[in-house]
This record gives sequence, C-alpha cells and structure tokens, in this order.
Amino acid sequence: MIRRFLTGALVTGGSLVAATAAFAQDAAPAAAEAAAAVPNPGNNAWMMISTVLVLMMILPGLALFYGGLTRSKNMLSTMTQIGAAACLAMLIWVMWGYGMAFGPEGNAFISWGKFFLAGVTSDSTAATFSDEVISEYVFISFQMTFAAITAALVLGATVERIKFSAVMVFTAIWLTIVYFPIAHMVWAGGGLFFEMGALDFAGGTVVHINAGVSALVAAMMLGKRKGYPAEPMPPHSLTLTMVGTGLLWVGWFGFNAGSELEADGTAGLAMINTFVATASAALFWMLTERAVLHKGSTLGFCSGVIAGLVAVTPAAGNVGVFGAIVLGAVASVICFFAVSKLKPMFGYDDALDAFGIHGVGGIIGAIGTGILHDPLFGGPGDGSVGIGAQTLVQVQAVGMTIVWAAIGTVIALTIAKLVTGLRVSPEVEYDGLDIGEHGERAYN
Amino acid sequence: MKYIIAVIKPFKLDEVREALSAIGIAGMTVSEVKGFGRQKGQTEIYRGAEYSTNMLPKVKIEVATSDALAPQVVETIEQVARTEAIGDGKIFVLDLASATRIRTGETGDTAL
Repeated sequence: MIRRFLTGALVTGGSLVAATAAFAQDAAPAAAEAAAAVPNPGNNAWMMISTVLVLMMILPGLALFYGGLTRSKNMLSTMTQIGAAACLAMLIWVMWGYGMAFGPEGNAFISWGKFFLAGVTSDSTAATFSDEVISEYVFISFQMTFAAITAALVLGATVERIKFSAVMVFTAIWLTIVYFPIAHMVWAGGGLFFEMGALDFAGGTVVHINAGVSALVAAMMLGKRKGYPAEPMPPHSLTLTMVGTGLLWVGWFGFNAGSELEADGTAGLAMINTFVATASAALFWMLTERAVLHKGSTLGFCSGVIAGLVAVTPAAGNVGVFGAIVLGAVASVICFFAVSKLKPMFGYDDALDAFGIHGVGGIIGAIGTGILHDPLFGGPGDGSVGIGAQTLVQVQAVGMTIVWAAIGTVIALTIAKLVTGLRVSPEVEYDGLDIGEHGERAYN
Repeated sequence: MKYIIAVIKPFKLDEVREALSAIGIAGMTVSEVKGFGRQKGQTEIYRGAEYSTNMLPKVKIEVATSDALAPQVVETIEQVARTEAIGDGKIFVLDLASATRIRTGETGDTAL
C-alpha cells in the first residue's frame, strides 16, 4: 500500500511546485488546484493517533519489553539506550532523515531535498492512496517514529555490554547509511524495491529484517557477554516484559493500520490481521514449546506475540484474514527454532533475540506476503502478478536488504568502535551497566 | 596451616577461582560482602542530587591451606585480582590451629 502512496506523494509534490509556479501567472486555476489538497480531518486524526501509538511502542513498550528480559543490574541501561537512541533518531529525522528517505529529488537508493524540513509548512500535504491528502507534518512525524523504533530494536542484541556512547554514535551513523536508504528503496517512488514491485505494508523489510540483520551483525562484532552461555542469564522481570508486550501489541495498530495513511477499509483489514496473526502466533509458540517437551511459558507467549506482530507487518493490508492466521503460526514456529536451536548452534550472543524474532520473523513475513497476497489464498491482490513472480520479487528485496544492512552495520560499528571503544570494561559489565554507565540503580 | 582471607573486586572472582584451582587449592568459601577502604564508596546521581554510598560491594574469599602452599596462594590472588585501580582489595593471612573433615574425621593438612 505504501508503494502506491509514494508515487502519489511525488506526483503531489511535483504538482504543488507546479501549482505555486502557476499561481503567480494565473491565480484562479491554481487556487482551485490548491483547494483540493486540504487534509480530511478524519484521516489526519487517525494518522496523528497512529503516530503516538507507535511512540507508545518505543516508550514504554519496547523499553519495558527489553528491560524485563535483561538482568536487574542492566534494566535502566537497557531502557535508557532505547529512549536515547529514539530521541536521537527523531532529531536526525527532521535534520536529514526525511530528506534522504522521502525528499523531492532522488535515485533508486537515496533522495535529497527538504533537509531541515525546508519548505514544509502547516499547509503542506502528503498524498495517500486516493485523492485524499494528509498534513505533511503528520506524515513526517509518523515516519519519524518508524526510524526511531527501528534504531531502538537493533539494541536488543547488544545490551548488557555496549557502552552508552557507542550506542549513540552507532545510531547516528546506522540511520544515515542503512535505515534512510532502505526506507527510500522500499517506500519512495523511484526506489529500487519499490520499482521492483516489492510489497511491504508497514515495514517488514525496512524495520524488522533491517533491524534484525543489523542486530545479528552487531552481536557478532561486539562479542558475547561475559559468562555467556555457561552461566544462566534469566530475564529479571517477566512481569514487566508482559506489560511491554501488551503495549507493543496495542501500539502496533498504529504501525500497521496507520500505514494505510487513511482510516479506510484497508486500514480495517490491517487492523483485524494484526489481531489474528498475533493471536495465532502467541498460541503456536506455546504449543511448540509444549511439543518439544517444555511447558508453555509466559516468555513463550510474549515471544509469540512479537513474532506474530513482526510477521504480519509486511502483510497487514496485503493478505486476507485467514492468510494472516497461517502466517502468524508459521512465523512463530520458525522463530521458536531460530532462538532455541539456531542461536546455540552458531553461538552468537543475540541477547534479547532481536535477530531471532525480528530478523527471522520479518523474512518469513515478507516472503509469506508474496504467497498469501494472491486471491487464491484470500488475499486482496488482483491476481495480475503470479504467486511465483511476486514471491521472487519479495525474496530479492529481502536478500538485498540483508546485504545492505549487514555491510552498513559493519561500517557503523567500526566507526563507533574507533570513537568510543564499543564495549564496557569487564568490571562495569560485572557490576551492571546501570551503575557503571549511568550511576543509578533500577531497584533499591 | 594458614587461613587466608582475601577481599577482592567481584568481577575478579572467576579468574581468582580458576588460578587458585590451577595451583592445587581444592576448596574455598565465597561471600558477597560490603565494606570500604581508602576508596570511601561511590557516588550515585538521581535528578542531579548526589548520594554517596559508604559501603562498596566486594567478594570475600576464604581459603584454608598448608603452610607450604600459603605464600603461593597469596601471590596468586595478588597477581590475578590486581587491576591497579583503587579498591582492588586486601589479603589477610591467619594461623590456623586445626582443621577437621566432618565426613571422615580426618584432621590437619589431610582434611583440607
């Protein structure tokens, strides 16, 4: 859906420029054209709500979800890294991020223009998928929250050992060389994946595969936590993880149903899919645990919820309701094996399973979207692109995202290492990053 | 026999344990303790207000050993636990009057 929108966005951008030029010469027709571009308050209101719902996913959602999974001595550090990285992403977004992803000029990889929001006013509009428009400030804010949460997601792999200063340097560089180009490639008219016809409703490629792969690379470059995997490192508060899970699920409706950019029927489809895919995934994770002779666990429930949400993200408005249920179940089972078998087999320390759930779930979701989009499986596609052809496009987009994210992360982390040293001292790691990096404790 | 008490930085515990095992120490008692020396605690900051904690977390290791091995134990702990930063800790050596293994009733060096 977003890809349909972005062609529109560029056309509107162009027509606004044309309209302004025409205005000077011939006031009457230009005024008529400009009058058409008034945001529908209903759509605008939904997008403003969606935007703050995504903020709720970051703080408190992701902060509590990730924080509860760490050891108590690293609770504050984990939450602070997420909050601060998100704040940095917001500032960078209005300075050069929006221009690099959705600027008026551009090629297949990157755009430019509108840096520091040049030329954007309260009257500026961004197109949606129909003749309607929404306020450009609202669109900028909505997309800003995507950049912020993606940067924060990566940190799930590096918590409990990375320096706070390294997080900030890494975030700034990573957003610039990885996130903004990929967001442009997937969602902007003229972008590489966009022109290939890749489907990504709400960010399966841009957010989850991107963050997941970057997390895996970062975990390997940073090295294992001291004591991993010999000493047990259980989550210190599954209660808070459950609270975070709930907040993420609620916020995700802004993420998915908001990505339609209008409060219409497709947004409704994205909404119901976000319910059922998640429900299916939560139960299937617990069933899988039960089947491999464990008990169905709270952490399994929470992990399943996130796996389902991740998998349905690219698919939200692109598959039917029962396709979403299947997608959630499949992604959940595969993610379970990724975190419980794949991770120990290869021995990387993806501390909070950012790769195992977001990376793997995102890949399943993106490829599954290619299959389930077809009307044969109850999807909203018109059948004009064959299942095989669409799936091939999805696989290509996934493959290129993986390569781009991996190389970009190596560069960003290498620079962060040169500037900050990357990893805390063994003493700080033992005592906990809360006291060592921030001088305070989560619990007294 | 000697009874050696060492107070060290907590993150050095694993290394010290491995080093002592390597020189033939078969057992030790470890406690998490709090205390202060010249370091005089540390500062925590909440909303700009500083709080200093007088007591710092440390680990206390207690090892009973033969007279022959005692100097080597002290030297090992000293080397391994040293970071050259303030707060590395102290080692105390006491004379040990007797030792008894409860299970067998053995006494002296054989009980260690």
